[in-house]
Amino acid sequence: MHDDLLLTLLVLLPFIGSVFAATVSSNARNSEAWLAGAVALSCLILIIAAYPAIVANGAIRSEFDWIPALGLSFSLRMDGFAWMFAVLVSGIGFLVVLYARYYMSPKDPVPRFFSFFLAFMGAMLGVVLSGNLILLVLFWELTSLFSFLLIGYWHHNAAARDGARMALIVTGAGGLALLTGVLLIGHIVGSYDLDRVLASGDAIRSHALYVPTLVLILLGALTKSAQFPFHFWLPNAMAAPTPVSAYLHSATLVKAGVFLLARLWPVFAGTTEWFWLVGLAGTASLLLGAFFAVFQRDLKGLLAYSTISHLGLITMLLSLGSPLGAVAAIFHMMNHATFKASLFMAAGIVDHETGTRDMQKLGGLFRFMPITATLAMVAGAAMAGVPLLNGFLSKEMFFAEAIETHLHSVLDTAEPYAAVVASAFAVTYSIRFIHSVFFGQKPADLPRTPHEPPFWMRFPISFLVIACLIVGILPSVTVGPFLQTAVVAVLGSRTPEYSLAIWHGFNLPLIMSLVALIGGALIYVALKGYLQQCADGPPLFRLLDARRIFDDALVILSWRWARFLETSLTTRRLQPQLRLLVLAALLAALVPLYARGLGPLAAIPSRIDPVLALVWLTGCACAIGAAYQAKYHRLVALMLLGGAGLATCITFVWFSAPDLALTQLLVEIVTTVLILLGLRWLPKRSEAVDEPVTFASRLRRQRDLAIAVAAGVGFAALAFAVMVRPLPDTIASYFLENAYLMGGGRNVVNVILVDFRAFDTLGEITVLGIVALTVFALLRRFRPASDSLGAPEQQRVQNAFDEAQPDRKQGDTVGDYLLVPAATMQWLFPVIIVLAIYLFLRGHDLPGGGFAAGIAMAAAFILQYMAAGTTWVEDRLRILPVNWIGMGLLVALATGAGSWLFDYPFLTSHSQYLQLPLIGSVPAATALLFDLGVLGLVIGATVLMLVALAHQSVRKLRAARLSAAAGEESP
Amino acid sequence: MSASILSWSLLIASLLLGVALAIAAFRMIRGPRAQDRIVAFDALYVNAMLLLLLFGIRTGSTLYFEGALVISLLGFVSTVALAKFLMRGEVIE
Repeated sequence: MHDDLLLTLLVLLPFIGSVFAATVSSNARNSEAWLAGAVALSCLILIIAAYPAIVANGAIRSEFDWIPALGLSFSLRMDGFAWMFAVLVSGIGFLVVLYARYYMSPKDPVPRFFSFFLAFMGAMLGVVLSGNLILLVLFWELTSLFSFLLIGYWHHNAAARDGARMALIVTGAGGLALLTGVLLIGHIVGSYDLDRVLASGDAIRSHALYVPTLVLILLGALTKSAQFPFHFWLPNAMAAPTPVSAYLHSATLVKAGVFLLARLWPVFAGTTEWFWLVGLAGTASLLLGAFFAVFQRDLKGLLAYSTISHLGLITMLLSLGSPLGAVAAIFHMMNHATFKASLFMAAGIVDHETGTRDMQKLGGLFRFMPITATLAMVAGAAMAGVPLLNGFLSKEMFFAEAIETHLHSVLDTAEPYAAVVASAFAVTYSIRFIHSVFFGQKPADLPRTPHEPPFWMRFPISFLVIACLIVGILPSVTVGPFLQTAVVAVLGSRTPEYSLAIWHGFNLPLIMSLVALIGGALIYVALKGYLQQCADGPPLFRLLDARRIFDDALVILSWRWARFLETSLTTRRLQPQLRLLVLAALLAALVPLYARGLGPLAAIPSRIDPVLALVWLTGCACAIGAAYQAKYHRLVALMLLGGAGLATCITFVWFSAPDLALTQLLVEIVTTVLILLGLRWLPKRSEAVDEPVTFASRLRRQRDLAIAVAAGVGFAALAFAVMVRPLPDTIASYFLENAYLMGGGRNVVNVILVDFRAFDTLGEITVLGIVALTVFALLRRFRPASDSLGAPEQQRVQNAFDEAQPDRKQGDTVGDYLLVPAATMQWLFPVIIVLAIYLFLRGHDLPGGGFAAGIAMAAAFILQYMAAGTTWVEDRLRILPVNWIGMGLLVALATGAGSWLFDYPFLTSHSQYLQLPLIGSVPAATALLFDLGVLGLVIGATVLMLVALAHQSVRKLRAARLSAAAGEESP
Repeated sequence: MSASILSWSLLIASLLLGVALAIAAFRMIRGPRAQDRIVAFDALYVNAMLLLLLFGIRTGSTLYFEGALVISLLGFVSTVALAKFLMRGEVIE
């Protein structure tokens, strides 16, 4: 198969599957599992099919340009090392899917699980296969995100939510550090391409920025791999469903960190800084993880700490900077994935069958589930490093490396001892895992009676355990060649000679192994009694709860400091905010004016048009009146504001901006209605109840007045000053020249909106849609003030009058009042629609366009609501503003994407003239379609907001009716 | 001759409309009743519409007529909304 297709398919297939999985009905466990299993299996087959090509060529590659200007390409690359990881990710993924089919309860919403699972798998494959470091970071962050969703899968459970959040914060922050580190690498190397980065190891190691880069990359890798001191998130992530733990915390998520360390090993390793930083983190994780694991009560907690310890082992091996160490690390990544995944699944079965994971409660399960117990024992033995199992082989290599001297230092001398101690603890917790669960006292008060799980639930474990055995007994025949390909991919020409045999003779590593095995068993015997009744967590360290430290840090950061900043720097009162805003604007205008001056004058208009002067007089009077009345007479202020707006529109016309004038007029009209709708819910204000005017408040008011006058007059003066100066050569002239030539439209404003800057418009309409939806959502929870709850006074008077007359019924008065206006308003409906269509169609060449047309349409709808009331209109007219919004966005997007079909960039427009019978030559640009999207969205957004406000009255009616009904029932 | 008659009458008409705008604004500011203000508001819109038409004739351009069309067709929407607000206490019930 073609490399491009194969690699792209590998990364895309899980994501496509994820989308499909999300759409399947919520109780279809089987079809979900079939889908997810098929996806994982196809990936695995594809990967295996690529193996010969990798052996032959070293790596297969595929590259598409993404943002070439930034050095970002969608470049995928699979060499032997990536191949090994891809097999682990997809193979164990497949087994976990099979396991999850039986593990997940029918009550769990499985589509969410499998959808996230597949997406995570895709992200993980992306990390492994990325050939571009930026792309790698992108997938890296995706794994953080999906692991967050997977860990928090049971989001009704507080522990799951907390664990998920902690994992996201820790790994997400690490991802940010990694991104910065990658940018630094790009700066040093001049490229983000993995091949080029791997080839420039010397340049990076000798660069001045080596240490910062290293630290940032390590932050990313160590947080992801849960290495000390960032290890605390992993045990808390155990609130996830067990399939998630088995997948994320054995083979994939946490392995991403060590994967990256090994990937960049040829570039970064070998320096003192690398040895100390990575070595300390690895050794600490190895020791502490193993020590903590012994004292866990929770089965999965034990496995989590053991994972930290084993990853610490890998990290420590990588820190040594010797090729043999890297070989051992890569080998152990593989081995750890197999036995840890099977142990997690075994723990899940125990939990599933007994209802508890507490090792102090469990015991004697061997007689209930002998097969599972046997499998778990073999996997546990592999974890402990018992001979004839794969764990033993990599541990031997680890011991052999630990006793070698790499860099004379305390850490290097201490490493063999640390290795033996940690391995002894590993033996202890492995024995504890097996002994306390499957042997000893039969449990007394289990929530359920355990029995053997179905065969297919056990199958994944059996498969992995058999793999452990086969690799452990016949390493060089089975896993040898694959390991060799992986090692060569990382080390290249530095690949050392190594032997995968079980028996290397009676040497020091073997003695260390024996010491660890015997020592670990003795420790278990010594601690057994204590472990049966101790509290959770290791002694001494129990008080030092990493989670609590983390939570405290979060509280300080996101609550105390944030609150401190908020209270000391901000205010919730509107007046000071406005004052600051205006002052800032004033300053922003004054500073450049003072620094740069105004520049030379052009001609000052000598004659003043008396008509325009009158219009301005009117406008100014209205504006000042509005400001004066705003506090106590909102209705008057609103009308005066309308007057000022009208004067503005006339001014636009006078200065030949008909397009602007048209749009502004429509906006004025709809805004007036909108504010009136809101005005009904504002509490009344009375001058009588205001506090007395003191000297201080008078002073404050005068100061505010001075600021307002300065800003207003200053702004007017500035606008005037700009208008009487020569226009610099701006981008405007380009638009004026090219609007018709390139956009096919004579209305330059419209061509800019829908063609030149269509991408901006797309963003703007998206924001408009979001705003409308937000307004809608907020108004659904709107609780009006108590004094505006009841019907307005006018309605009460009119209703009382109607009820008092014997021949009238409620609502007659308003019907009579509105008889003629309502008829006019209803008959105008089609007329306004014609106007809207007219405005829309001429928009490309003449004033008008989708926005104006949309608002005109919205006005038509509002008119109907005003004429006959919400109930009447909605009985007769189905208005679905949300659908309009969606349709508008989709049409705009589809128009933009349509240009891809013709190999043009997004949102390229095409224009031509169509000959229509009777009408003649009609301009037909694809931009018109885009404008149609704008039209739909504006109608939808405007109507949605207005109707959401209007519905408040209906809700009030309904609430009144409900309370009345309740009142009738109760007596 | 006729051109100068036209230009003079256009100027005078525009001036008078401008004065009408100012008067309507005065009524809107002074009131005293809300009803007066709303009628003045409507008058303001009608005057503005006529002013736009005259401006179109003065400049010999039809570009401004759509503005006038919008005011004449939709300008009353805000008037109706205001009137309904006065009459019923809310715009849409």
